Amino acid sequence: MDFKRDELHQDILDMVHDFAVNEVKPLAAEIDKTEEFPMENVKKMAEMGLMGIPFPEEYGGAGMDTLAYIQTVEELSKYCGTTGVIVSAHTSLCCTPIYQFGTEEQKQKYLPKLCSGEWIGAFALTEANAGTDASGQKTVAVDKGDHWVLNGSKIFITNAGVADVFFVLAMTDKSLGTKGISAFIVEKGFPGFSIGKLEDKMGIRASSTCELVFEDCIVPKENLVGELGKGFKYAMMTLDGGRVGIAAQALGIAEGAIEETVKYVQERTQFGRRISQFQNTQFELAQMQANTEAAKLLVYQAACAKDDHEPFSHKAAMAKLVASRNASDVTRRCLQLYGGYGYTKDYPIERMMRDAKITEIYEGTSEVQMMVIAGWMGVK
Amino acid sequence: MNICVCMKQVPDTNEIKVDPETHTLIRKGVPSIVNPFDTYAQEVGVRLKEQLGGKLIVISMGPEQAKEAIKSCLAVGADNGYLISSRSFGGSDTLATSYILSEAIKAVEEKEGLKFDLILCGKQATDGDTAQVGPEIAEHLDLPQITYALDIVEKDGEIQVKREHDAGYDMISTKLPAVVTVVKLPYEPRYPTIKSKMAAKKKEIPVLTEEDIPSIQLELCGLNGSPTRVKKTYTPVREKSGVKLAGMEPKDAANEVVKLLEEAKLL
Repeated sequence: MDFKRDELHQDILDMVHDFAVNEVKPLAAEIDKTEEFPMENVKKMAEMGLMGIPFPEEYGGAGMDTLAYIQTVEELSKYCGTTGVIVSAHTSLCCTPIYQFGTEEQKQKYLPKLCSGEWIGAFALTEANAGTDASGQKTVAVDKGDHWVLNGSKIFITNAGVADVFFVLAMTDKSLGTKGISAFIVEKGFPGFSIGKLEDKMGIRASSTCELVFEDCIVPKENLVGELGKGFKYAMMTLDGGRVGIAAQALGIAEGAIEETVKYVQERTQFGRRISQFQNTQFELAQMQANTEAAKLLVYQAACAKDDHEPFSHKAAMAKLVASRNASDVTRRCLQLYGGYGYTKDYPIERMMRDAKITEIYEGTSEVQMMVIAGWMGVK
Repeated sequence: MNICVCMKQVPDTNEIKVDPETHTLIRKGVPSIVNPFDTYAQEVGVRLKEQLGGKLIVISMGPEQAKEAIKSCLAVGADNGYLISSRSFGGSDTLATSYILSEAIKAVEEKEGLKFDLILCGKQATDGDTAQVGPEIAEHLDLPQITYALDIVEKDGEIQVKREHDAGYDMISTKLPAVVTVVKLPYEPRYPTIKSKMAAKKKEIPVLTEEDIPSIQLELCGLNGSPTRVKKTYTPVREKSGVKLAGMEPKDAANEVVKLLEEAKLL
């Protein structure tokens, strides 16, 4: 299989690797502790062009493909799962739907500032009672002639506390079910819009996951995205792309955990031997490496399918299912190889294990991925 | 201000190993990087260029693969790059290298249609560690030189350089053109951007041989022009430094430490 991985992909990867090792890795433990969004690093990534990788230069993007973007998320996530998801949510869930479904005016207005990183983006679908069952939207948008009025709330929104632009789903006609859901671009300064509480999370702790509150929030007429009633469809298509990003995040976390553990087992001695000399250690790591490489093929396959404009929902679902379960499995097994030290915050492995778990949950749980895959297989 | 940065591609020092048989560096399979001190020279140069305008040209002497290192300089602010490469230049020691570079600098000035105001080098390369090439270029070109620069400020057509030394730093001014060698700066070199990386990738790197440097005297190049003979390369035995005061009462040990420090004139 050709992943079109040319020299330029490698150059970008080298550049991101240098940045990740020198700037991202040293902050990972600290932002996990403080929950402080790594704004300095996001600004640096913006300067490097990493906040708009797969978009054309005319909209301020870097003009690269999904594969380059996916490899960037993977590389960042090796050292910090939080930084990986910040880029992924911004790119896949906010820039992409505006690029894909927005009007020319919306693209001109929002994409250059999002791609340059001057603005940070977020995506708002989930509600307290509409998680996997996203069709149960309670946030409503009412047409008031020259503007829309939104009321309701969203939860678990990545980047929310620092975002400038939100891609928001709301019910415009309840009687039509999912066909009554529409998409809107909401700016943080719109009247009636506010950020609610910051979630105190198990992992990816600095990704500024907050609640959004709409109280008679006034949204200009021209901020409806695409066609009325198509919002749910746009959201599902957006999540297909987002899943490749999360799969890349999961892949990176697993690779990072293996990298750290390979180092550790060669330093730690027990029974007069390096623990890397025990066959159990070797077999554990060999199996993890093989599984992670397998996940990588699925992730890159999904990214390339998206680049080739092939149907890729099922490929994205398979990539996310396998990569996220692998990330949880690998980090848990790596922690076991560390033993007691791995359970302390003196080593990064417990953080990686906490960060890994969310990849099995957000942007569609593993169960949702299996529903998508089974549907594609025709198993009904 | 037109600036020339002399850059060397070196093996990544984190990965360096010495062949126990030949006592030479094992270069095979070791990734190459831009000499870290040269990245600081380049950064200080780019900052001056951004402030004052002009062109920044990077030159490097080495094999074909050094083009990669030149391209990574182009991705962080250099306008053009030249590779100085020829069989006749192989085996050059620092004297011959600095001679070739000084002649190449003149040839590049000719090709670019400009005169360099400032020639920047890293203080030394992390493979040879001689710190000789920069100062020798200044000698060959008969230019003023300032070594170990921490900062360079332009003022009324001159530069003021903050020069690092063991006891602090000097502030030195010089007229231009001049050669300055640069140490590790208080700030880090910038990262490339995806766009600059792509642009650098596409750029052709001209190769200059003796044919492109008409004034060059070949007897001063390569092995012929190199008086240096390496007699022996070896890994020095690491001697434990420091003084250990064991089996003493803490009070006596403290007194002893103070005595030693006084003797070393550190107090």
